[in-house]
Amino acid sequence: MPTTPTSANTTTYSAGEYAGAEDDAVIEAMPVLPASDWSEPPADVDPRSLVWAETVPGGGYTHKVLARGSTLRLTDVHGDACAHVLLYNADQPWERLNVADTVKVLWQAYLGEGHLLLSDQGRVLASIVADTSARHDALCGTSTLTRNTERYGDGSPHGPTPAGRPLFTLAAAKHGLSARDIPPSLSFFKGVRVEPDGRLRFTGSAGAGRSVTLRAELPLIVLIANVPHPLDPRPNYTCSALEVLAWRDEPTGPGDPVWSATPEGRRAFLNTVEYAQARGIA
Amino acid sequence: MSTLTDFTPTSRIVRDDIVPARAPWSAIVRRGHVLTIVDLHGNQAVDFLLYDAADTTRRYSAADTIQAQGNVFLTTGSVLRDNEYRPLMTIVEDTCGRHDTLGGACSKESNILRYGHHTAHQHACVENFLIEGARWGLGKRDLVSNINWFMNVPIEPDGTLGIVYGISAPGLRVSLRAETDVLVLVSNCPQINDPCNGFDPTPIRMTVTAPSDR
Repeated sequence: MPTTPTSANTTTYSAGEYAGAEDDAVIEAMPVLPASDWSEPPADVDPRSLVWAETVPGGGYTHKVLARGSTLRLTDVHGDACAHVLLYNADQPWERLNVADTVKVLWQAYLGEGHLLLSDQGRVLASIVADTSARHDALCGTSTLTRNTERYGDGSPHGPTPAGRPLFTLAAAKHGLSARDIPPSLSFFKGVRVEPDGRLRFTGSAGAGRSVTLRAELPLIVLIANVPHPLDPRPNYTCSALEVLAWRDEPTGPGDPVWSATPEGRRAFLNTVEYAQARGIA
Repeated sequence: MSTLTDFTPTSRIVRDDIVPARAPWSAIVRRGHVLTIVDLHGNQAVDFLLYDAADTTRRYSAADTIQAQGNVFLTTGSVLRDNEYRPLMTIVEDTCGRHDTLGGACSKESNILRYGHHTAHQHACVENFLIEGARWGLGKRDLVSNINWFMNVPIEPDGTLGIVYGISAPGLRVSLRAETDVLVLVSNCPQINDPCNGFDPTPIRMTVTAPSDR
């Protein structure tokens, strides 16, 4: 926006015209509405079923409520996105992602295709239905104002190097949630591995264009912060665009291989469907 | 380093409790005071949550603790951090050597997934946390991934993890110095379906000591 008065913004009417002239601006990181106008829908997806199409810049955040059965695809466009994700049952946000149960119940610390993202109520919030990255982390959570200020000189949401937790706090607030409601989060597209002695090893990105696809098994509040992984060793704040695409689809049913892949998962799906039927959403 | 568990004349005991098998416990531990947890009979998992007593929105963060020390296991020197990366407590003595940050608490809900719907009415740690937390105005929103003292959860190279038989033994202990005034919630884990308690929950001892000049 101009900082000095011009004929374009000295009156209420002309200022409005000036703002209106920006209507068609297109930049890389922005939502596309309607989502069906997204330029590159997945080959097997009817563009009319798209409900969310957005690119989030490095240091940005986004959020949405998705219906049970929606498919959500996150893509690391340029190879340096890191999608920090929190999930809540949209009908009762006190039910939320439980990272401890997500790794413990499934006997697996590393996220990948077939992994179920479990709530604290023994139900499946989302399942990972596809993954071309395999560089994810369920252990380290996101970055804090304190840590980013130490590392980069600033961690505030509108500064040059935003931290994940303040962005989650903003995203959560827009759903009526507060600091007490922000549990440990997951991150996608930056890998971490654990050595036998417990030490963490940062494995970084799998490269540009990799994606991870989640299926919403309950109505979800989805919070996403796209910020550097807290273990990223690079001295400069490095985070590139994250593509977010979602479309209407079906939740996992008893015929799906994911349903019966493990006894723990089968019981979680049974709990989920029982809940959804009683709630009147299945 | 102070090892106040020896109860030397320079320290005084503020509190000394035996927590029965399966029971909850809580206390405020003042800055500079030391909390010692003794595994009286061995192989007893002690589920542990920690809050800044002045602002309980600041609570133990497994993720920040793991990030900061670059290791998923806790032992002497580990700093327990809150969700804003600030130190809450520091382990000043540890005679066990391995404690879990990943597995979280058992709940009726997770027991169902892990062991079957027939376990739905067994006692569980989350119930203890809810009962004890309610005494301090805390509710379900305030429960996050917790520490399991004396519990052994190794991670294999392929990411497989699970609770295995503990390496703890009768009398082993861990001592924590409070870096600020903290609220501690404990569930002396009632789990009877896995090796974290050797399938037999047992009592623990919780002692808080203060340096004599405080």
